[in-house]
Amino acid sequence: MPVAKKKNALELDGVAFSYNRQPILEGITFTVAEGDYLGIIGPNGGGKTTLIKIILGLLKPEVGSVRIFGENPAQFQRRGEIGYVSQRAQQAGMNFPATVEEVVMSGRASRAGAFHAFRSEDKKAAENAMETAGILRYRGHLLEELSGGERQRVFIARALATEPKILILDEPVAGVDIASQERFYDFIEQLNKEMGITILFVSHDIDVIAHEVKTVLCVNRRLVCHGSPRELIKEEFLEKLYGKGVKMIVHGH
Amino acid sequence: MFEIFQFDFMIRAFLAGIAVAAVAPVIGTFLVVRRYSLMADTLSHVALLGVALGFLAKINPLISAAALSILAAFGLESLRTGRRISGDAALALFLSGSLAAAVVIISIAHGFNVSLFSFLFGSISTVSPSDLWLIIGFAFFALLSVFVFYKELFLVSLDEDLAEASGLKTKFLNIVLTVLAALVVVVSIKVVGALLIGALMVIPVLTALQWKRGFRGTILLSVLFSLLSAILGIFFSYYLGWASGGTIVLISLFFFLLSAFFGRK
Repeated sequence: MPVAKKKNALELDGVAFSYNRQPILEGITFTVAEGDYLGIIGPNGGGKTTLIKIILGLLKPEVGSVRIFGENPAQFQRRGEIGYVSQRAQQAGMNFPATVEEVVMSGRASRAGAFHAFRSEDKKAAENAMETAGILRYRGHLLEELSGGERQRVFIARALATEPKILILDEPVAGVDIASQERFYDFIEQLNKEMGITILFVSHDIDVIAHEVKTVLCVNRRLVCHGSPRELIKEEFLEKLYGKGVKMIVHGH
Repeated sequence: MFEIFQFDFMIRAFLAGIAVAAVAPVIGTFLVVRRYSLMADTLSHVALLGVALGFLAKINPLISAAALSILAAFGLESLRTGRRISGDAALALFLSGSLAAAVVIISIAHGFNVSLFSFLFGSISTVSPSDLWLIIGFAFFALLSVFVFYKELFLVSLDEDLAEASGLKTKFLNIVLTVLAALVVVVSIKVVGALLIGALMVIPVLTALQWKRGFRGTILLSVLFSLLSAILGIFFSYYLGWASGGTIVLISLFFFLLSAFFGRK
């Protein structure tokens, strides 16, 4: 589905954040167009998750501003438009007694509203999300009965159930086997191309930019690079990001 | 049919037991999945301090226990979110602190009388009509709250960040859960006693988890096990003369062992 008019899904301007006086992020400025597929890469401890939390409105930037579809995240009312898959949820799911359907339905919690039970439209949206993620046949299964890759899809389906315009994935392939990872990248690409969902894909692994991302953002406290994957294969950027001696192999697309 | 039901105090015992058994594992499920099983024990020691203060001030000890536990619920939550000390350390601090204060108050008052003992170990046959109304009222309120906030409490238990990113008021929900736990402790204190409340909130949940159901299924099964334990426990304790709280908890442990052996693998 082509996007008729490209708006900015996300705008960050001069964002800085520190923890215990230790700067975590400084001078982060970038925009993400609607329909983009952005890979956010950087070493562990480089501030990626903090950046995501600021975008989600879970943390407030000390300096600078964030706009989601032109609005401040903390006041952003249409929360359903941001789908989020946290790294922790997938691990927590291991010891949590919940069925696939219960987890996916929880994506509708804020849409249904406080003091309201789920309606039939919530159930329908959850079913569509499970269908899209290819896990409808597991709906009655417990999370712990699934493989890492399948559990991964449950949390994506949970995010999709909110019918998001932006999907934020924090280290989604960590702990998923290689074969499932490939299918997973294909699946995300399909969400971006066919459903027009803006994707923010966070990874400490530079492999992610070797896949289908349209734009890459490298974060290591500061914004080290920002551009198309091909522009960024140059060694100098990777050196800034990970230190000397890192080379990049990009698949031909 | 049974002579046990000829006595008003035993009918009150059954009603109190059923109310407590219905609500304890519901709140307990949320505590167990959040690795907060010790919360119940901590709040029960705070409640004990509340009971001691109630005796000292000559007011219904259940009321002072409820007030103090709810206050402690807020304190625990702010300590936890303040991140100056970890969640389990905050629990330990409140548990030992309030037990110490309770012991001192009891010694100041030269031991009160035997009824304090009944708050420690439970004495279901001493539930007065006004106690029964308090117990049923608190239990009903706690169940209603879980019913109203079910989907929000589920999500905040699954992952707090996800819940907050979805726009839920996680601070409020955490307080709701802790306050509900405090209320359950207060309604349980006469039935199983302060020292065994944790068992009543946790063991039926662990039993239900052996059967590997979803979240709702786990809650319903835990209530079933808990009701069975309470009803059987009151019968046994009446006919055998055993302490009611201990008997109920032992029976729930028996169900746990059965489930651990025969549950879904």
